Parts: sequence; C-alpha cells; structure tokens
Amino acid sequence: MTLYARAFLGIVWREIMRFFYQRERFLAALVRPLVWLIVFAAGFRAVLGVSIIPPYETYITYEVYIIPGLIGMIQLFNGMQSSLSMVYDREMGSMRVLLTTPLPRWFLLVAKLSAGVAVSVLQVYAFLLIAALFGIEFHPLGYVLILPALILSGLMLGAVGMFISSTVRQLENFAGVMNFVIFPAFFLSSALYPLWHMKEASVLLYRISVANPFTHAVEFVRFALYSKFEPTAFAVVIGCLAGFMLLAIFGYTPSRGMEPRARAAAEA
Amino acid sequence: MVVLRAVDGQRERVAGEPQPASRPALAVSGVSFTYKTERVLDEVTFAVEKGRFTALLGPNGAGKTTLFSLITRLLATRQGRIVISGNDIRAAGAKSLAPLGIVFQQPTLDLDLTVRQNLHYFAMLRGLSWKEAERRIERELTRLGMAERAPETVRALNGGHRRRVEIARALLHDPQLLLLDEPTVGLDAPSRKAIVAHVHDLAAERDIGILWATHLIDEIRPTDDLVILHRGKVVATGGVEQVIARTRAASLDAAFTALTPSRAQDE
Repeated sequence: MTLYARAFLGIVWREIMRFFYQRERFLAALVRPLVWLIVFAAGFRAVLGVSIIPPYETYITYEVYIIPGLIGMIQLFNGMQSSLSMVYDREMGSMRVLLTTPLPRWFLLVAKLSAGVAVSVLQVYAFLLIAALFGIEFHPLGYVLILPALILSGLMLGAVGMFISSTVRQLENFAGVMNFVIFPAFFLSSALYPLWHMKEASVLLYRISVANPFTHAVEFVRFALYSKFEPTAFAVVIGCLAGFMLLAIFGYTPSRGMEPRARAAAEA
Repeated sequence: MVVLRAVDGQRERVAGEPQPASRPALAVSGVSFTYKTERVLDEVTFAVEKGRFTALLGPNGAGKTTLFSLITRLLATRQGRIVISGNDIRAAGAKSLAPLGIVFQQPTLDLDLTVRQNLHYFAMLRGLSWKEAERRIERELTRLGMAERAPETVRALNGGHRRRVEIARALLHDPQLLLLDEPTVGLDAPSRKAIVAHVHDLAAERDIGILWATHLIDEIRPTDDLVILHRGKVVATGGVEQVIARTRAASLDAAFTALTPSRAQDE
C-alpha cells in the first residue's frame, strides 16, 4: 500500500474514531434534523401541500418530502463545521501535524474533507434509521443508491465551506457561518418546500433557489433515494465540487489560523 | 565559512577548514521573514549537524516559532534558503519534510483517542504498515517509560506524559532531524528534566540532528551547540564554551544577558 493510500485511510480512520468517542457530537448532529422532522414537519404537514412532482409518483406526506432536505442539513452543518475547524484554531494542532507530513497540500485537504464526509454519511444513516423507526421508510435500493450521492454532495458542501472559511475573513466563527451561509443556503433551497411553492411567492427568490448549489445537492439525494438519477443536479454538484475544491485548495493558507499568534509574536 | 571539529569532547569552530563530509541535518541561510511591516526574522543563518543537540536560544518574541514555521513549511520562505538533509524545501516541496520529526509548542495530540491510536494515526500518515507501526510504537513508548499507558486516552495523561507521547510520535518514522519548539513549557521540574535528558541522549544514540528552541538556560548542556536569536537576528552561534569565551562572560546566563541586552524590557 502506498504512502498516499495509508495516509488517506489514516485520516478517515481518525475522524471516524473521534466521532465514536465524542457521543455528544453524535447526538447533537442527530437532534437537529430530528427536531425538524418531528416538530416542524408535523406542524406544517397541514399547511404545505406537496403535489406529485418527480421523483415522486404518488402523493407523499410532508415528512417524507423533507427527509432529503434534512439529510442535506446534516451534510451542510457537518461540511461547514469541519471546514471552518480546518482553517481556524480549533483543529489547528491536528492540521499542523497533517501539513508537516511529506504529502502535498491538495491531497491532505481532499483527504480531510473526505474524512468529514465519512462522518456525515454515518450521521445520515443513523438519521434514516431513526426516521424508519418513526415509520418513514424507503425502498432498500434507495438506501444503497444515496451513498454515492451523499459522498459527492458532502464533498461539494465541504469544499464550499472551506472556500468560504479561507476567503471570507469575517466568517471566523460558527455563528457567522450559521447566519450568513447555512441558514440562507438551507431556506433558499428545495429542502423544506418544492420550488414551485417558492415561485408562487417570489420569482426572485425562486431564481436564487435554483442557482443555489445546495438545492441541487438535495435534489441529487432525493432522486437517488428513489433509485432515480437527476442529470442536472448531478452536473451542478460535480461542477461545484470541482470548482470549489480548486478554489479551496488555492485559497487555503495554514498561516491564516496562525495569524493572531504571528501578530502577537511580532508585537511582543 | 566556519566548520565544526571535536576537541577533547568539546566542539569549536575553526575558520578555513574543509566542511564535514556528511551534509548537515538542517542548513538555514539568509532567511528573513516580514509580517506586514514588522521584520520578524532578519538574515538568519545557521546549521544543525547530525548527532548534535543544537539549542535555539532566544527570549520570548525573538522569532523562534516563526523560524520553526518556516522550516516546517507552515509559512512560505520567500527570502533565504532552508535545506533539510540536502533537500531545499522550496525546490523539493512537501517531500523535503520526510526526514523531519516535530514537537510543536502547542499540544497536537487528540485528547479523545488513546495513546496507541494517536501514534497509529501518525504512523499511517508516514506510510508505515500497521505491523511495523506497532513495533515502533512499542519501541518508542518503552524507551520513554510509557508502554503501559498505551491503552489510555491522552486526556487521562498529565502534561509531562503527553509531551513524552509527542516525542515518541515524532520519532516513529526515524527522522534525521528533530525540531522541538519549547517542548517543556508548562511542565513541572522533574518532567522537564526527564525530557531534556531523553532528547540529549537521542542525538548521540541515533545520530539525529536536534534543534531545541528554548528561552531556558538550564536546558542547555556545555557540550551543546548554540544559536542565539534576538529580535529576529542570530547574535551568536557555536559551542556553548565558545560563546561564553567570545563574550568574556562567566557563565552562559551572563553571556545570554550580554548578547540580548534589552531582553528584560522585551519580556
């Protein structure tokens, strides 16, 4: 096995081990979508009608509709959180260890993002298991076919997160990312309501939602969950993944997280 | 150009003699670094020979951590040249870090993982097989008296033991150069003493070049090499005795004070 393969496995292995050791992190990741599913969806099922739109072939309940959106929410939070921690101090120690290995930076960043995706995939399957316990089930093949969709959309969201964290100086804490990235991305998408609903309310918001890469990540997962392939969503996810990954690799500078220390040293 | 030779167990620099046949573990020449408008490092030049313990001595804010960040490529070297075991870090890129072991000033172990898991993770990053990693982990932990702590989480260890694990980790891939950035900060006296002794022994036993950044005189032995850094400039290099003699001081402490006159105000 080559240095690259071992290092990649090592980075993913560490992230998964950490995930299992940090039970509160696991619970927090599940509580958020479950609250939306159990509380929000139950309240809104009577308000929001869902017509028969692809990939659905029959009427579905609102709880069923928002499952892909909540999967996207898990991946969005995870992607932003892990990307932010790669840029700023929280994980600076572990990033230093990584960045001082004889491996190229692009490889380390891709491996680190992949490790974050591995964790988010575990979270998604745990969420789907709990949803099944609440009676929201899908065809067994759908559970298998969403895996590649989860990997691609997770990598895309992680790359977007890393690009934003690396370039937008003001977003150096999670509260900022929540307000200016996660919430707009989540609400201006097809996660909570079909886009035709949005169009009825505002054409401008509809257009923004169509242009939102998160919308396409959600739709890619939604179609995969019903064993269907959505080429537009796939193309947008792949295109954004490639573009943002390149921008993130180009924009990532380890000295960014070290700047406060460097400044302090210079001022000492 | 100055070179090193052994004289009665001591080392002194002699002008005009040919360089040793073996290349230094680390060669830093003419390195400068500016943060915004502040000159943090200014034309820094020195070498670390294999099998030698070199103390990078400087007061707080002298530029030691910045220098380490440049050597480890965490910061980009724009002025000057850094060569690790014959490889220029700018030309060779990340590969030049292969012979390097590092102990950072800030703790970098994963508190939630066990000692063994932390070391396995690092071994995988260095491309070691699981079996080979297991062998080396046993070797390093035994050497540091930590073998029985391997199944414990790092969170359960005290500061001194965590530092030992970080040293064990830095040695897993048999480096030719070991960098330690103020590794005894925050440790109690017995832990400090044990770590200083262990690292001094390593240099000779394994023929590793060691660069130990510190501002504490008592961590330095008379047989060590010295690089004294003050306000980003190298103000002295050579063996400890040589530096003391050159400053006509009575001790290293006095020599350090003489070479870094405004140290008290800086700190």
